[in-house]
Amino acid sequence: MAGLVLLVLFVLLALLAPVLSPYDPLAQSIPESLSPPSITHPLGTDKLGRDMFSRMLYGARISLTVGLAVVALAGGLGTFVGLLAGYLGRWADELLMRVTDIFFAFPSLILAMAIAGALGPSLRNALIAVAVVSWPIYARLIRGQVLALREREFIQAARSIGVSNRQIILRHLLPNTLAPLLVQASFDMGTTILSVAGLSFIGFGAQPPTPEWGVMISEGRNYITTQWWLTGGPAIGILLLVAAFNLVGDGLRDILDPQLRR
Amino acid sequence: MTRFIFRRILGLLLVLLGVSVFTFSLAQLVPVDPAVVALGQNAREEQIAAYRAELGLDRPVVEQYFIYLRRLLQGDLGNSIRTRRAVAADLLDFLPATIELSLAALLVSLLLGIPLGILASTQRNGLLDALARLFALVGGSLPIFYLGLLGLGLFYRQLRWLPGPGRLDTTMPPPTQITGMFTVDAVLTSNWPVLQNSLAHLVLPALTLGYYSTAVLLRMTRSAMLEVLSQDYVRTARAKGLRERWVVLRHALKNGMLPVLTTVGVTFGSLLSGAVLTETIFNWPGLGRYATTSVTSLDFPAVMGVTLVAAIVYPTVNMLVDLGYHLLDPRIKLD
Repeated sequence: MAGLVLLVLFVLLALLAPVLSPYDPLAQSIPESLSPPSITHPLGTDKLGRDMFSRMLYGARISLTVGLAVVALAGGLGTFVGLLAGYLGRWADELLMRVTDIFFAFPSLILAMAIAGALGPSLRNALIAVAVVSWPIYARLIRGQVLALREREFIQAARSIGVSNRQIILRHLLPNTLAPLLVQASFDMGTTILSVAGLSFIGFGAQPPTPEWGVMISEGRNYITTQWWLTGGPAIGILLLVAAFNLVGDGLRDILDPQLRR
Repeated sequence: MTRFIFRRILGLLLVLLGVSVFTFSLAQLVPVDPAVVALGQNAREEQIAAYRAELGLDRPVVEQYFIYLRRLLQGDLGNSIRTRRAVAADLLDFLPATIELSLAALLVSLLLGIPLGILASTQRNGLLDALARLFALVGGSLPIFYLGLLGLGLFYRQLRWLPGPGRLDTTMPPPTQITGMFTVDAVLTSNWPVLQNSLAHLVLPALTLGYYSTAVLLRMTRSAMLEVLSQDYVRTARAKGLRERWVVLRHALKNGMLPVLTTVGVTFGSLLSGAVLTETIFNWPGLGRYATTSVTSLDFPAVMGVTLVAAIVYPTVNMLVDLGYHLLDPRIKLD
């Protein structure tokens, strides 16, 4: 419940960022640089005098959008591969699963960094890179579900009355795999937000002056003990948003699979 | 068991073949000419052409891949554009630092995650359980790079309790190289000042890198132990009047540890990913930092080498975990 409340709060803050932001997140004001939190700047300002609160709000927007885009891309591709592998079986299953094995072998951040490096550092390319390393988990998950469902009576009944493969996959198999997909997607939103922030932090994702949380921590790294608000704000933002997705994932799993509840 | 190992190694070779195709294709996407990267913008046309011919870059892409594969089978990963050395030699220099850091981080997570998970499971819904779960939630959600920066800022710059970035103080000569892991080499050569210094340098990076896996292990241990503690044989042990500590440590722990072992294997893979960020922050000369600098300078022979080596580690660890599973519970068949 706490996770859901937190998540709704973040979504609202992100949606209302243009209304709630007291300043333009990119507007510089050198005389006000490195000001501590105050009434005029609730989360202080950075070294270029930009308002940290406004940057935080726009940062939430970026993190949520990136998370959604990656999960949609990776979830879509993984689900497609998993459905095909599980339903077609035999050589198609063997081939597709060996391809997923290849992607599982890479430590995700190293591969994502290589992809982002090859395509050129930008938020869009970081997003593509993280999606490329994230889809195999969905493929395995959905394939497992389909293998279990394939032999169930309702699928055999559909097959026996001549329903086409496409219809069986789309109308009968896909809807029954959505519950575990949703749980995985929720956990993955958190992991994606961390990965993209990490890539941006080392320079392979969003580029300054974009108000992305990983970039903001990187920009404030030399002030971590003196002007703590430069890094503390974005770090707490990431922590709370990722924790919210993890808690929602836990909650969904408990609802959908009460046996796992502990 | 021999058949199992043989099959897994065969599978690993197939995966590596796929990995080599993928990384090679990735290198083709780089929008700059590797010859220009290597020779610099001011190189003459004929120099560039000669360099391209020497590396086979003027041949068709498919032919280039087979040349790369043939060299790979001979253990030749090519030459780094940036360091101008053989990539294999570079990797041998950088790998021990990453292994040392990852093992230290794994040790942190084993020493903290498992005991805390057991304690939390024995006091379900109590204060200690709530604190342990909060600790795990933060560990799974906090960006590792912020934790590293905070640790350095606080314990090195502010309090001066721990040394700064790097594997040793700049004034301290490294130990005689045997394994490349400074702590191990220091012990092997009885070099106690270096041991002390390298251990002190390991503390912050290992805690930073280990926190995430500690959180994962804690959650897994807690959940596995709760499952085991609710089983009939544990109830019987309690009914016989055995002390709770004895029930947990002698009866429940061994069965509870089986799923935890799988998690340890998976965790090791995530340690390698985390090493990229940790090594960047702590200026730790390992594979992660080598990968970062190689990608930044578009040194793709080096990037391909790192990804290939990294891709060997994960399936190998998984194979060892499966073998460990079999040893812990011989009823589990290897297939």
